[in-house]
Amino acid sequence: MTPSVRRTRRMLELAGAGAAVLLTLSACSSSSGSSNTASDASGSASPKLSGTVTVFAAASLQESFTALGKEFEQQHPGTKVTFSFGGSDTLAASITGGAPADVFAAASPKTMATVTDAKDAAGAPETFVRNQLEIATLPGNPGKVASLKDLTKPGLKVVLCDKTVPCGAAAQKALDASHLKLTPVSYEQDVKSALNKVELKEADAAVVYKTDVHAAGDKVEGVEFPESAKAVNDYPIALLKNAKNAETAKAFIALVRSAEGQKVLGEAGFLKP
Amino acid sequence: MTSPDEPGAAAGPRTDRPRRRRAGKGESGGTTPRRIRAAGRRGVPLPLLLPGVLALVFLLLPLLALLVRAPWRSLPDQLTSTEVWQALQLSLVSATLATAVSLVLGVPLAWLLARTEFPGRGLVRALVTLPLVLPPVVGGVALLLALGRNGVIGKWLDAWFGITLPFTTTAVVLAEAFVAMPFLVISVEGTLRAADPRFEEAATTLGASRFTAFRRVTLPLIAPGVAAGAVLAWARALGEFGATITFAGNFPGRTQTMPLAVYLALQNDPEAAISLSLVLLAVSIAVLAGLRDRWLTGV
Repeated sequence: MTPSVRRTRRMLELAGAGAAVLLTLSACSSSSGSSNTASDASGSASPKLSGTVTVFAAASLQESFTALGKEFEQQHPGTKVTFSFGGSDTLAASITGGAPADVFAAASPKTMATVTDAKDAAGAPETFVRNQLEIATLPGNPGKVASLKDLTKPGLKVVLCDKTVPCGAAAQKALDASHLKLTPVSYEQDVKSALNKVELKEADAAVVYKTDVHAAGDKVEGVEFPESAKAVNDYPIALLKNAKNAETAKAFIALVRSAEGQKVLGEAGFLKP
Repeated sequence: MTSPDEPGAAAGPRTDRPRRRRAGKGESGGTTPRRIRAAGRRGVPLPLLLPGVLALVFLLLPLLALLVRAPWRSLPDQLTSTEVWQALQLSLVSATLATAVSLVLGVPLAWLLARTEFPGRGLVRALVTLPLVLPPVVGGVALLLALGRNGVIGKWLDAWFGITLPFTTTAVVLAEAFVAMPFLVISVEGTLRAADPRFEEAATTLGASRFTAFRRVTLPLIAPGVAAGAVLAWARALGEFGATITFAGNFPGRTQTMPLAVYLALQNDPEAAISLSLVLLAVSIAVLAGLRDRWLTGV
């Protein structure tokens, strides 16, 4: 190894150490400074929480979990919640592959089972919300889609999630239950890219979650369909075995399951478990 | 075996075309391997050998891991499924078509960049390389915004001709050509710059038009560079994922190429994904090795 490389490395180490010292200092000062007010407010700030919690969560949870993360950081100064949102199956695969995560919130029990089967979860997962499918159409619904059956109309470009992804599996379940055969133009890799194809007006309709239609605002129009009741997805959440910050992670899970957390999730369109 | 300074052998029987200078530029012929061998006899300097070997190990180790962990026992079952063959066939066809598109459009562009003077040429060259830097997914979104049903140009395609590109095999070819063509253009432009322009000039002074000179003199001269560029472009197109899944979507038999099939298989069946990757790996090695023997000796 050349001397210059060694020097850079030492500098990096020093910088890292400096940053760590600064972080702990700021964490100490902020937590000690606000602990009085916090204990006054909540009454039970007994275990002082700190550090970073890494949450792997299904793509459909993006809006509500981001809001809950901010709330958690406010309630527990000195903590930081970082998220990785994606297809539940991708996230599950990376957790079993050793990705550093503390909490996993999946969009289906099946993807959670990937993690629990690999014995990567600490304790049994708990269902914290449920999500129902809805059809997203172009604004104004020019294709006049009123039911799941209308999606099979010829000439209508429909995108579904791939069957490996929870939203795709649920859509397939609803279609099978009503004996419909639907040939989409594409099986998208996660619910957000399915929705995205409608937002970009490349597809006429997509079968996504109620929450995604809600989050897209007026860029898409939602059409509810009764068959979706047969394919409601349970969303399980679990603390992971290799969690570096188990205490804080537990507190975050508690917030998600609390009345307050349920209110945020309910506003995003999720159903109570 | 043809002599190494006739790399254009595959382009057809050679007539009395001007012979290339033997001791030409480094990349232009068979003198290079001989030189390396001569240097090897004098001993390889350690500061070059160590990082070189390290690079080789770094590049090959992940592939070895893939082989070690491959589910050899279930491999035959997984490879006989129709979905795999559909995806492989689609991959090969679309990568070849994308290479053809890149050749037909990219070689003239490379010639324009190398042989003509026009204002803003440097900028155009930089813009040509842009798809190399752009994350392919962004490239896919850009293609949607340009050629999608609601895109800048796609809107008119739909209104006038009733053509919508997204979610079609054509879209796969376009997405692959978009990311692969810069490789060809850069490679061919480099070869053109290294080639001696005096042969072309001689041809034009003897009465050939500039296009005839390009066709009869320049093109045979740069054939190895074009072939190398085409192989690079083909390989890049074969592995294309981001732009394809964004612009063309994912539907088995129509737009689901091997990389897409691998990605989606990885979600719930990593073993299947490894098998699929091995197929893609084997096919590309076979094709590249085959081409190398025929066209690319000494390149």
